[in-house]
Amino acid sequence: MLSLKKVVQSSSSLIRRGYAATAQQVNDGIQQGVAYSKLLKRDPEEAFRSPELAHMSASDIETKRMNLFQAVNDAMSIALTTDDKAVVFGEDVSFGGVFRATSGLAEQFGRDRVFNTPLTEQGIAGFAVGMASVGHTAIAEIQFADYIFPAFDQLVNEAAKYRYRSGNQFNVGGLTIRSPSSAVGHGGHYHSQSPEAFFTHCPGLKIVTPRSPIQAKGLLLASIRDRNPVIFFEPKILYRAAVEEVPVGDYELPLGKAEVIKKGTDVTVIGYGSQIYTLENAIQLAEKKLPGLSCELIDLRTILPWDVETVVESVKKTGRLVIAHEAPKTAGVGAEIASTVMEHCFLNLEAPIQRVCGWDTPFPLVFEKFYMPSMIRCFDAIKKVSEY
Amino acid sequence: MLRAKIFLNLRNPLIQSSKRSFTITTKLLNNVSVAQTTETNTTKSPWISDDMFTRDIKFIQQIEPLKAYRVMDHTGTVSDPDHDPNLSREEVTKCYKSMVLLHTMDGILYDAQRQGRISFYMTHYGEEAMVGSAAALQPEDVVFGQYREAFMLVYRGFTIDEFVNQCFSNELDYGKGRQMPVHYGSKKLNFQTISSPLGTQIPQASGAAYALKLSGVNACALCFFGEGAASEGDFHAGLNMAATTKSPVIFFCRNNGFAISTPSSEQYKGDGIASRGVGYGIDTIRVDGNDIWAIYNATKTAREMAIKEQKPVLIEAMTYRIGHHSTSDDSTKYRDRKEVEERAQFDNPMTRLRRYMEAKDWWNAQEEEDYRKKVKKEILTSFSAAEKKKKPALKHLFTDVYDELTPNLIRQQKELDELIKKYPDYYNTDAFALK
Repeated sequence: MLSLKKVVQSSSSLIRRGYAATAQQVNDGIQQGVAYSKLLKRDPEEAFRSPELAHMSASDIETKRMNLFQAVNDAMSIALTTDDKAVVFGEDVSFGGVFRATSGLAEQFGRDRVFNTPLTEQGIAGFAVGMASVGHTAIAEIQFADYIFPAFDQLVNEAAKYRYRSGNQFNVGGLTIRSPSSAVGHGGHYHSQSPEAFFTHCPGLKIVTPRSPIQAKGLLLASIRDRNPVIFFEPKILYRAAVEEVPVGDYELPLGKAEVIKKGTDVTVIGYGSQIYTLENAIQLAEKKLPGLSCELIDLRTILPWDVETVVESVKKTGRLVIAHEAPKTAGVGAEIASTVMEHCFLNLEAPIQRVCGWDTPFPLVFEKFYMPSMIRCFDAIKKVSEY
Repeated sequence: MLRAKIFLNLRNPLIQSSKRSFTITTKLLNNVSVAQTTETNTTKSPWISDDMFTRDIKFIQQIEPLKAYRVMDHTGTVSDPDHDPNLSREEVTKCYKSMVLLHTMDGILYDAQRQGRISFYMTHYGEEAMVGSAAALQPEDVVFGQYREAFMLVYRGFTIDEFVNQCFSNELDYGKGRQMPVHYGSKKLNFQTISSPLGTQIPQASGAAYALKLSGVNACALCFFGEGAASEGDFHAGLNMAATTKSPVIFFCRNNGFAISTPSSEQYKGDGIASRGVGYGIDTIRVDGNDIWAIYNATKTAREMAIKEQKPVLIEAMTYRIGHHSTSDDSTKYRDRKEVEERAQFDNPMTRLRRYMEAKDWWNAQEEEDYRKKVKKEILTSFSAAEKKKKPALKHLFTDVYDELTPNLIRQQKELDELIKKYPDYYNTDAFALK
């Protein structure tokens, strides 16, 4: 048995190494990390404060404290309850999944509806396409987004084009692929990637990434019910770290709509997934160091088709834009946003658009801290556009 | 009047034949279950009992080659009458007419491509007997194809108009002119739209079959692919997934000896595709792919097994691709023209069935000539009508990417409209429908 001292020691060493998602470091008074985020709704009443959830009736206002994997689990449980044709499958989902996102579902809904597949990503994707092609709802899991590439052909050549190529005779609208993605502190090359840009180049797919449990549940339910194939990337670092009061009822959040999380007037800051928390800290630091500065923070949420209107409207107001994502810079999602904003806001831009991204390298193990678009890098970009 | 007479004459044999085919099927089913080892649904041996080990160091290369099941030889003679499915004259004629129609359409559309009137075509020469698989299915069975399976559509009633509209990519094409010729699809006929990437339909068919199983319907999925496509990873994925999920799907491999220019000797080293089925724990049979009755019996039995026992079945049909791979291919560059001619002469699936029918006095040279003339005329009529039709409306460049146009697509559509207005000489839209 570990002594209390040892526990404290080992957890503080975890924090030092940045393994835990709750990594904290007091820096200029900014308490970094998801654990300190003001964006998470820790109060039941707060949970409904978004206009998108205002419609929920009085009877639905119950909430439950959930982390992100529990919210994902809850969404799938609701999907399986409300849709007889829905199934959940993938590698190791039957015993609850390697991230516990499917725990209890096989017991509750039966092994015909929640089941393990052989270890074959192209098979999982193809099988899901086939189920969806005959009108069923396939919620398939790829264990890590890093391993989605064997399924690239099925997703890009098949799922994305199914409706178009058949002249809308057939479609795979019932298809949703869920996959844990992004950095986790020590994931190295193949447990850290953010492959969204590979898919945003593919018409016919929708790509969605939530930032929190409330978002995860609402966006996943919307993705499952959307009549198009959706790839849903879950930032795995948030699975346990992000905890919110999540509405217990059945609700959806809209796809294709960005969310302005914080209003501001001087700089528009855009990100998605776990990067939102880094941006939250970077904005705190910037607003502290540059008194009078006001940043607007936007969570893109849906990466394809993305919400050009909300972003353009914001940049027209602020005249400055910083985009941040973990994936490498070249041809990343940031490139698409930057060029589109340039087309629409040329006369409004007062500084070159800044992209804070992963470097153009494979995702490294020991150098993760130096690879990441960290608070300091994001802060520096905000500072640059402000002082340009 | 004539029709009614034929119908009357056939009334009794029809009833008899259906009884008979049931017994044959039962017999075939029995044979199959004897040949197979008892299936264990539980976890395999945990490798602790002594009888699972040996002192011999013995590597296994291959068990003896699997023989192909044959009912009728190249002269149209059925050697074992018990295996003649004894379909009615009407049913047999439907099969034969489907083959002739396909063959005739192939000839006309192949030439049309040579004249530059359509952009691409693929014939079915030598593989017409595959129509036997269509005859053995029910309309509710979901079909996934590769691209050389128009026989399935012909049999299920896809009209000549529907074929040529697709090949001409005109406004009546269900695919709205978006895909290359021969990429047919029909929701009505339960035939999933063809796509070019090879093998992708194999795990899809497994998934569709699993969905059918969950729905509790009395139907299976049938998935066609060539022996070349079976080298794709999706073949492995699809068969393994169907086996482990116990999905009612018939995997139907058309082994015609070539994948474009690559002979099967460069495609695999094992005993064809069939030998792999056993490795996946899938009940497997190899059949003579030029023998419509072998294909019919195997598919019919496979269907019963797949649905009744809820599991996949693999059929490998050995045949020969008599035509070129496609209109973009000249097969004389990699194989001897003489060999092809000999195969077409000596072992032609259509000739086989015609001889079978002639022996029963169900068909003669005159009927043959009349029917060929009739379908040729119908095809040419459809053909010229399809050629004159407008192309689909330009808006369909943008529709169906998603269920609804996205704001981005609306912007891009507008952009194109403005360009068309700006450069009318460059963008002539006369050939396209307005709506």
